[in-house]
Parts: sequence; structure tokens; C-alpha cells
Amino acid sequence: MNNQQMVMYEEEFNQIQVVVDRLVRDANAKVVFIVDKNGQLIAASGDIDNVDTTSLASLTAGNIAATGGIAKLLKENEFATQFHEGEKANIHIQLVGNRVILVVIFDSRSSLGLVRLRVKKATEELVTIFENLMKKVQEPGTAGGSPFSEITDEDIDNLFND
Amino acid sequence: MSFINLMQREINCKLVYYGPGLCGKTTNLQFVYEKTNPDAKGKMISLATETERTLFFDFLPLSLGEIRGFKTRFHLYTVPGQVFYDASRKLILKGVDGVVFVADSQIERAEANMESLENLRSNLGEQGYDLDKIPFVMQYNKRDLPNVATVEELRQMLNPTNVPEFEAKARVGEGVFETLKGVAKLVLTELRKGEMPGNRPGAPAAKPRV
Repeated sequence: MNNQQMVMYEEEFNQIQVVVDRLVRDANAKVVFIVDKNGQLIAASGDIDNVDTTSLASLTAGNIAATGGIAKLLKENEFATQFHEGEKANIHIQLVGNRVILVVIFDSRSSLGLVRLRVKKATEELVTIFENLMKKVQEPGTAGGSPFSEITDEDIDNLFND
Repeated sequence: MSFINLMQREINCKLVYYGPGLCGKTTNLQFVYEKTNPDAKGKMISLATETERTLFFDFLPLSLGEIRGFKTRFHLYTVPGQVFYDASRKLILKGVDGVVFVADSQIERAEANMESLENLRSNLGEQGYDLDKIPFVMQYNKRDLPNVATVEELRQMLNPTNVPEFEAKARVGEGVFETLKGVAKLVLTELRKGEMPGNRPGAPAAKPRV
């Protein structure tokens, strides 16, 4: 069901934010963020003012998509974890529940072992949160009407008038 | 698929520019990038070869402003046009909300256009989309070159279902924003019709013809 639209509600958004905030602290990370597989940024925490999270989100999703393509060719299900080591910054990328991507950027103040350990715990929590979110989205009626059902042609035209 | 964040009151949509090699997909994005107010755009990313051919994709995030209190953001992607990059093209179509097909108007590219359009249809099909049912517009690019087919000929070859079509000279920017506006409108119109997701998961989208 990868074609299903993603909606984020306040309750789950707050739960996810708690998990990423804690992961930044527990893993001594610089930045932690969560992206959906289509490249949309869901949540971020840490030193995010100094990184371009939108671009990172898109490239990470592209990276996961490419790796997933390689996995398919090798008859693997997915490569759920990736790690790239740089001179100063390192990046750990973890697929969560085959739906979203958890990214941790860290430097020498942390270590791969610590990051892996903390990511494992956070992943378990995130799987539960996203499962609940998906259930909620699928329940008829909970979502209510589209917030866009009322928009007019004029609203749409106005977007392009600047 | 679009991503609606009710907490942050924003909506993100993904647009993909498709078409044969060297038809001007990247040029479209470059023009949009150059002409957009700095606070309405993010960085443009191009994953290209050393000879500036698109290797994986170009990416440009754009903010269009607010609609009924929701920030609307469009993520523009191009695919690599060259035939042998098909595996990459499929990946980029994942989660698409709207497609622009950039056709090369030159007579000698007629076959390449048709092949690419067929490839778009089949790659979308693999992802569970039907080209006739998603927001889709056609751009006839390179109208400024000498050896071009007429719009009628192009329409007959590429646009039998009469989706919104635009003539363009992407190198000088003509038609670029008109095309973007055309597809963005269809995507937003689709959202308006749209069931809130979950009400009918996987249900086919309504026909977005105008």
C-alpha cells in the first residue's frame, strides 16, 4: 500500500517528536530526522538549523529507493540499515517498518555501537506509533472530510498570483 | 502521494517531469529555480553525470504559499531521460501526485517521445497508477527550434485524451510556469475532490480532466 496517502495527526506527531528528541540525546547525535519513503520530512530534532533537512530528506529517500532496487535484483527483501562514515560526520540510515526512514547524523562524540543500540530501541517504538497511525488513517470517518474540500478555483489561482 | 501534516498545517505534493533524453526536463526546473523568490524555494539538487546528463534525479522544493491556512509545498523531480536508466525512473515515480510530460517538438524525436510516453504509462502501472486517472499535463518543448512538428501533429501522437497542454521554450522560460501552474492546479483540484485518505484506501482517484 505504498500509494496510500500519508496524514499526520497531532497525537502521533507529538509521540514521534518525543522519540526523535530522546534519540538525539541518548545517541549523542547531531541531528535525527524521519522521512517517508517518498522523501517527505516527517520530524527532525537536534542541530537542524545548520543542515538542509529538505534536501537531506529527498536524497535519503532516493538512496533508500536505489538500495531497495538493488535488494530486489538480488532477491533480498530490503537492506534495512545503511551506514556511511565520513571524516567528521557519519550517517546511519534505518528503514522502519518498511514505511519510513530514520536518519541519525553523528560525529566523534558518539560511536556506531551506541547509535545502533539507541536506533534499535527507537525503531521498535516508531513501528508501534506508525502502525497505530496507519490504522487510524484507515478507519473510515476518523479522518473527517478533506481540509481541502472547501477550496475554490479562486484559492488555487491566488497561489500563483505573486 | 501527498503528505498532509495536520499538526503543522502543511501539505506536500510530489510532481515529476518525465520525457525522453534531452527534451528539457532539467531546463524546466532550472528556470523555475532561477525565477523563484529565494524564500519560496530550497536548494536545487542535481544528481548528474560529468557531462551534465541527469543520472538519478533533479530535485527542487517550492513553497507556493497558503491555501485555507495550509502551507502548500511542491517537490519537483525530474527523471533521467536516457532509455537505459529505466530502473531509476521507476523509483522516482513512487508516491507521485502529478506528472508533466515534456515532449521534444523536433520531428526527429517523435519516436523517442512516444517511446518515453509508453514507458511512463507502464512504469506508473507497475506502481499501481493509471496515467489516465492521475493529474497529468503535456508540454511541447523546444518550439523555438526550426525543425519542429506542428502542435496538431504532436497532439495526435501524444495527447489523444486531451489533457491540458502547453507550448514551451524552456531555455528562455516561455511556457515553463504555465506548465507548472497547470499541473499544480490539477493536483490541488484532486485534493479538493479527495477523500481524506483512509476513507477509501487504494480507491482509484477521480478523473482529473478539466
